[in-house]
Amino acid sequence: MASSANGRMHAPIEYPPPVSSPEEFVKRELDSEDDRIEVGVAIVGGGTAGLACANRLLQLLGDDPAMMEQLGEVPVAIIEKAKTCGGHSLSGAVMRPRPLQELFPQLTREDWRKEHFAFGEVTKEAVYMLPTGKTKLRIPPPPPFKNHGNEVVSVAALARYQQRQAEEGGAYVLTETSATQLIISERHVVGVRSGDKGRGKEGEELSNFEPGTDIKARVTVLAEGCWGHLTGAAIREFNLAEGREPQVWELGVKEVWRVPKALDRVIHTIGPWPLKLQAKYGQIGGTWLYPMKDEKSGDDLVSIGFVIDLDYADATTSAHDLLQLFKTHPFVREVLEGGERVGWGAKAIPGGGYWSMPKLSMPGALMVGDAGGMVDTVALKGVHHAIKSGMLAAEAIYAHLRRGTSLSSYEQAVEESSIGKELWLVRNTRQPFQRGFIQGGPMVNLAIATKGKLPPGRMQWHRNDAKPLFLGDTYKNYPKPDGKYIFDKLSSVYISGNATRDDAPNHIRVRRTVPREIADGWRWMCPAGVYEVPEDAPESGPVDVIVNYTNCVQCGAITAKGGRLTPPEGGDGPLYRLT
Amino acid sequence: MKICVLVKEVPDAAVEKRIDASTGRMDRSGEKNLNPYDTHAIEAAMQIREGGTAQVDEIVAVTMGPESAVRALHKAVSLGADRSIQLTDAALAGSDVAATGYALAKALSNEQPDLVLLGQQSDDGECYTIGAVVADHLQMPSLTQVIKMDIEEGALRCERQAEYGYDTVQIKLPAVISVGDAINEPRYPSLKAIMGAKKKPLEQVGASDVGIDTGLVGEEGSRVQCGDFHDPPAKAAGQVIEDEDTDETVQKIVAWLEERKLI
Amino acid sequence: MPDVLTYVLHYEGAFNKNSLGAVSEAAARAEEIGGQCHAVVVGGDDLTDELCASLGAYGATKVFRARGAEGLAQPVVDVMAKVIDEHGHAYALFGGGLLGFEIGAGLAARKQAGVTMEVTSVRAEDGKLVAERPILQDSKVSVSRYRGDLGIIIGRINAFEIVSRDGGSAEVVDVEVSYSSWSEQATMVQRGEQRGADVDIEGADILVAGGRGLGKAENFQLAEELAGALGGNSAVAATRAVVDAGWYPYAAQIGQTGKTVSPKLYIAAGISGAIQHKVGMQSSENIVAINKDANAPIFEFSDLGIVGDLHKILPKLTEAIKAKKG
Repeated sequence: MASSANGRMHAPIEYPPPVSSPEEFVKRELDSEDDRIEVGVAIVGGGTAGLACANRLLQLLGDDPAMMEQLGEVPVAIIEKAKTCGGHSLSGAVMRPRPLQELFPQLTREDWRKEHFAFGEVTKEAVYMLPTGKTKLRIPPPPPFKNHGNEVVSVAALARYQQRQAEEGGAYVLTETSATQLIISERHVVGVRSGDKGRGKEGEELSNFEPGTDIKARVTVLAEGCWGHLTGAAIREFNLAEGREPQVWELGVKEVWRVPKALDRVIHTIGPWPLKLQAKYGQIGGTWLYPMKDEKSGDDLVSIGFVIDLDYADATTSAHDLLQLFKTHPFVREVLEGGERVGWGAKAIPGGGYWSMPKLSMPGALMVGDAGGMVDTVALKGVHHAIKSGMLAAEAIYAHLRRGTSLSSYEQAVEESSIGKELWLVRNTRQPFQRGFIQGGPMVNLAIATKGKLPPGRMQWHRNDAKPLFLGDTYKNYPKPDGKYIFDKLSSVYISGNATRDDAPNHIRVRRTVPREIADGWRWMCPAGVYEVPEDAPESGPVDVIVNYTNCVQCGAITAKGGRLTPPEGGDGPLYRLT
Repeated sequence: MKICVLVKEVPDAAVEKRIDASTGRMDRSGEKNLNPYDTHAIEAAMQIREGGTAQVDEIVAVTMGPESAVRALHKAVSLGADRSIQLTDAALAGSDVAATGYALAKALSNEQPDLVLLGQQSDDGECYTIGAVVADHLQMPSLTQVIKMDIEEGALRCERQAEYGYDTVQIKLPAVISVGDAINEPRYPSLKAIMGAKKKPLEQVGASDVGIDTGLVGEEGSRVQCGDFHDPPAKAAGQVIEDEDTDETVQKIVAWLEERKLI
Repeated sequence: MPDVLTYVLHYEGAFNKNSLGAVSEAAARAEEIGGQCHAVVVGGDDLTDELCASLGAYGATKVFRARGAEGLAQPVVDVMAKVIDEHGHAYALFGGGLLGFEIGAGLAARKQAGVTMEVTSVRAEDGKLVAERPILQDSKVSVSRYRGDLGIIIGRINAFEIVSRDGGSAEVVDVEVSYSSWSEQATMVQRGEQRGADVDIEGADILVAGGRGLGKAENFQLAEELAGALGGNSAVAATRAVVDAGWYPYAAQIGQTGKTVSPKLYIAAGISGAIQHKVGMQSSENIVAINKDANAPIFEFSDLGIVGDLHKILPKLTEAIKAKKG
């Protein structure tokens, strides 16, 4: 095991990114009336949660024309940085159906499939332990893995459907638009500023430069998903994480395959293979295989993915390559053989759960979905919470507009809803894993078995970026890409539809000179091959990092490991479709 | 003067394009966009307006296409067009290039434009031709693949690449010009313009509104029937190397070249 | 009679190769359906009787000659429409190139005829001509059949092979045309202007071609250095996009509006392989492509494809070849 030149191990937290959030990401004054846009409710992020908020709000406003009128010409604006809503959305995703049924009560599950965002109800399932890359052991599904009756969906497709509904309801959907600054006036969120367009590599104004615009809103909803840029600024500005555990993160990489033979069940594997069992590697993760029946084309699809806690210590851990490694297991080959990869993507996931959720409201704004950390990483579920939180936010906003009640009523509503209840049950479940799979395992099982009653109290998290990295040997097992079954990162980025302007400014903030193990950590971690270490760089000690930011698929993992993802120019990034 | 810009909605470049076996036409589900070449045409119109040599009274975006094509028009308007016209009619579905050009010319003739601009090609197939079809129906001169355009008194001075080098052609207005992507760098729409786009007038017209003889359009009226889609003769697949270790890659290239006695 | 009419482009007293290919193709197909191949030429004094009659060597039996502006499409449309009106041709066929597209499309409008462009193959079927055309980045082929009195076929560049026949001489017929008013609204100010340095890429055995993927004009140096290292009769070529952007001279341009090449070795650096480029280089003997986009169409017709960053690969490749050559 190699360590630094001076023998000390380095953690990314020692090399914080060059960012000054309060100055850069918060704007303290609104532009004049002539220069700004005024909307009723501004929703930052057109993913499942933000759109559920829009959908529910427009239902309420649809029944209350006077209120709709009062909100002005643009009652609801959704600000989405992708080319379309859903373009940056990615999830497993096997969804608990109820919240979506509540949101669109007139739709049947058959309708979902006709609308092409749902791909079938789970009727069979299996959970395997993988002792090695050749063997598997079927185990009875632990309660959190029970998926019977759930629906396999694509959040990329669901968001597109929700966008159409929102537009029909009267929302303005501003795609290809980044929200880059939170506008705060007198300790009150009053809107957001959209990003500039047409800047060059050095930030200079190109001939077609178009400055951003202030969007003034009566209420702002932060629905930015994992690692929200403005969410982070808001949390700092209003101290919303005070008294909470730090947020921790996971990284998921997913492929969608068109296969000759339908898979008949939902499959989860819980390791230890393809990960290392020993605690020093700090690797905790799992995989999934979900069947997807495309009702429109008749195609049989399979969603396959790998998720890993970003708490690992071996710098050569690569979620993308571990997914490729997982695909070499004979039972996976059997599922995918003869098929064709049709989709790929990656996304970070907030994994802290209940104790890590920030306070969800602040004057003038609230946060929904992943931005608020509402993911149950024990059951691998967040989509239904995202929808539910969006709906609850809409109801709180409507009450606020109608009766002047405080937006903080939303926090209570979340706590009392299925979100609060489900996340409470697993509040202490995954923390023990920070001590490793073997040491933490029994405690995790205890928490699951007692439905969260044990361990008692509040289990703590430590920050992912505080974990020192070392140059281990995980990478030695990665299979060589053949471009047909095993893929490298670059060809994967291309099938994500990524189209980031070549001469755009760099949107990723990292220290450019860091110890070798941290640079290598970024290089291996990034599923899109953004970080590179020069070939002639020394084996240890400080090295320069090359940042190929135009590859970036905006998964957000870098933020957990010592960097900061900021939104690039609107329209840049992937165009996910089936993910 | 009045400038009409022909625009078209096309599948996004990132979307896999395939023939829908049930209709024999291109599968147009998935993300669509304003044809990128058309944004250059709109920009060219805006630069004439802002250039000061000619007084541009109005820029009108015109498209032919189904309901969803409204988005392409909103985008065109956000980029500077003052209003837009959507020619949409079930009778037009399946029109070939000649029929499409005829229908667009009919929609344009009501507008009496001094200049018609369009992108020289689109991602979804038909390239370089529609401008010449429209021009002949409108009895206007036309030039395609223009990469530089200067406006003079009642005329345009256009440059383009042709078979033997660069040609410079002077064209008296009214005229139909299709432009290449080297002609300009299109602007980004401002947020205000994007939000205002829905408020700008959008006129939807059907075939009969603009005097289209429906016997000359649609699948029936088209003089070309396309079908028998099949795979091209297979070419032996070449070898592909994914570059991971550049030194190793280079060695492989050199060995490959040596094997074939190319060095 | 199912005759086929073609247009033959000329410049400075010589016919265009693609046009000659079109004449050969039209003649062969016309024979199959029991017709003749006729040609239209439009221009000035350089269209001598002798020159026009020489089209007989490619299979034309009659050449209709009109005085008119050169290098513009619409006067040709006027001439062809008149000739077709008088003689009742069943098909009009064009070689590749920009004027062919414009004339074919204009004629389709004038004569309410069907038109197919980018045609790579024509065949006779039940006494009629049927055109095949690759679509969707050449992943499929579509077949066009025509209805009505006239069908128009516009070839892809280099699609039609030039075939000379022995001793043929075409009858030359002068046509008087009153040009339409809109045809006369366009005037050629300057034709065939050469910009930038003069480079001979058609005669080279080895070409290193650069596209947008090079990133900027200065990076053509990487291509030049590689060409230099490869030595012999090598040169650097470019795609239309980068020529239009002013990165490299026009004379080095390959593709639809540029030159057509078939060297022993063609190295494409940062070229995605759009159809317009492909038609100019696909008959190269060995094609090596370097592109960071694994899905770039060029990999579909390259013999050796490298998925990777050309900025890293080219300098090392240059060094390695230099070392090899000592």
